[in-house]
Amino acid sequence: MSTRSPDSPPLPEPAFALPGPVASLPLLFVAGLAVLVLAGASLLIGVSHVSWDALLAPAENQRAVQVLVISRVPRTLALVLAGMSLAVAGLIMQMLARNRFVEPFTAGTAESASLGLLAVTIFAPGIPILARTAVAAGFSMAGTALFLLILRRIPLRSALVVPVVGLVLGAIFDAATTFFAYRFSLLQSLMAWTTGDFSSVLRGRYELLWGAFVLTVLAYVVADRFTVAGMGEAFTTNLGLSHPGIVALGLAIVAMVTAVVVATVGMIPFIGLVVPNVVSLIVGDNARRSIPWVAVMGAGFVLLCDIAGRVVRQPYEIPVGTVAGVVGSLLFLHLLFRRDDRAG
Amino acid sequence: MIEARNVSRRYGDTLVVDDVTLKLPERGVTSIIGPNGAGKSTLLSMVSRLLPLSSGTVLVDGMDVTRTPGDALARRLAILRQDNAVTSRLTVRDLVTFGRYPHSRGRPTVEDRAFVEGALAHLGLEPIAHRFLDELSGGQRQRAFVAMVLCQDTHYVLLDEPLNSLDMKHAVAMMKELRRAADTLGKCVVLVLHDLNYASCYSDHVVAMRAGKVAFQGTPEELMRPDVLRGIYDLDIDIHLLDGKRIAVHYR
Repeated sequence: MSTRSPDSPPLPEPAFALPGPVASLPLLFVAGLAVLVLAGASLLIGVSHVSWDALLAPAENQRAVQVLVISRVPRTLALVLAGMSLAVAGLIMQMLARNRFVEPFTAGTAESASLGLLAVTIFAPGIPILARTAVAAGFSMAGTALFLLILRRIPLRSALVVPVVGLVLGAIFDAATTFFAYRFSLLQSLMAWTTGDFSSVLRGRYELLWGAFVLTVLAYVVADRFTVAGMGEAFTTNLGLSHPGIVALGLAIVAMVTAVVVATVGMIPFIGLVVPNVVSLIVGDNARRSIPWVAVMGAGFVLLCDIAGRVVRQPYEIPVGTVAGVVGSLLFLHLLFRRDDRAG
Repeated sequence: MIEARNVSRRYGDTLVVDDVTLKLPERGVTSIIGPNGAGKSTLLSMVSRLLPLSSGTVLVDGMDVTRTPGDALARRLAILRQDNAVTSRLTVRDLVTFGRYPHSRGRPTVEDRAFVEGALAHLGLEPIAHRFLDELSGGQRQRAFVAMVLCQDTHYVLLDEPLNSLDMKHAVAMMKELRRAADTLGKCVVLVLHDLNYASCYSDHVVAMRAGKVAFQGTPEELMRPDVLRGIYDLDIDIHLLDGKRIAVHYR
């Protein structure tokens, strides 16, 4: 944060600041419409031919309807749900860690969820998906709690040390996971959840993501608490709230969302990083106002990445995790250079 | 009434606050002064339950601060610490509105809004109310934090160095505003101050700390004497009477 002497002239009005909540509502509406258009496009893009014409005459085109109901609609819903919940999870993490450079995929959350999934695969391969996800959520909660605990122990934390700690921790979890996967000959299965990919999403295989959506709604309901926690422990205590309580709640939401997404579609990096940062520039950090934006833009971002992955090398697909990694890292570099002075 | 009983705070082997027993006046402006490392901020943090006590008890209106529910205390006592490294991009108005959280639980009523606008007006923040905190100067940000704490509308208002990074004009305006809160609203304002002359001109009561203990308590007139100040600061300080106020001169 830049320090300025008290008598320096006021800063110029920033060009990107919006006047207030009311003025930003129509824009949010437009963004929501754009996401709907993307979702519509997502329904029509793919190897099997599905078009509005075919769908309007269902009698002769049963195949198109089937593809739509069994594959395209679930895939599109999964994209929207995963995008929304991951972006909001990233926002919550950034508020809890009070650092803009963390998200579930740079703080050990996703890596520990992955370790949990591997543990289930080794020790209890037959258990239902809900139980698998619950174990993964438990692992990722423990991993993220460890991350926050280490952060508390670091006395002088600069903005850039925090994500480095997360990356180191994530790499350690990742190394352990890879080691055991190798020992148990499960490297192939590991790929299923380390690379985010929506091509295998079918009806009956993605519905757990609605749980992530419910958690996102819950995050919106308690948004003010996260905003207060983002101001720091002293402010939180002064306003009569329990900082450890808010951290535990946020941790639970982030860990469960991450576990659900990793278990159903795999890891999608950078959404939780890029989307909240962009939204922060536009509407600021009052979570009551920013969570709807983060959710809408998160859905849009994942939809765009997935559509791009489907179109670039037709009839083959590039996994969304890869596309999001490339696009997201470029966007993030741009943000880093642009707003270095308010980084931490 | 804020009452500290045998309060101590220890960091490793060092006693930062050493068995302090103290009652603060129920109304008016009380300033806590003393050299660096005397334990002023630590005492204020313990009184406001931001820092656990190593031993002793702090009572606010008879409530033990370590056991009273946080939200009940938040409607009775507000605290602003010295370094507020808030990195959130909140607008000044949003920040000040959060001061109403203990009352509104995040759903500000018309009455809450009136408090917010009043606090913005009193601290001259109206022109920058829509700006984000990270676009403000240090002094503007400090005023926004004080507005938030005043908006909390508690009987006890504890401020650790509220004049930090304020220029002369705004420092005087801030002290006048705090004086007004004490005089017209009957509040108890407790300040940690470094500038003796502000303490002399604006307080009703002064507590001086030195090496973790209370070295002196009394009115500004009793404090502002060379022998008393020498005992606190180990420094020869001249006192001049200007317009009925005692002014310390210590630049030699």
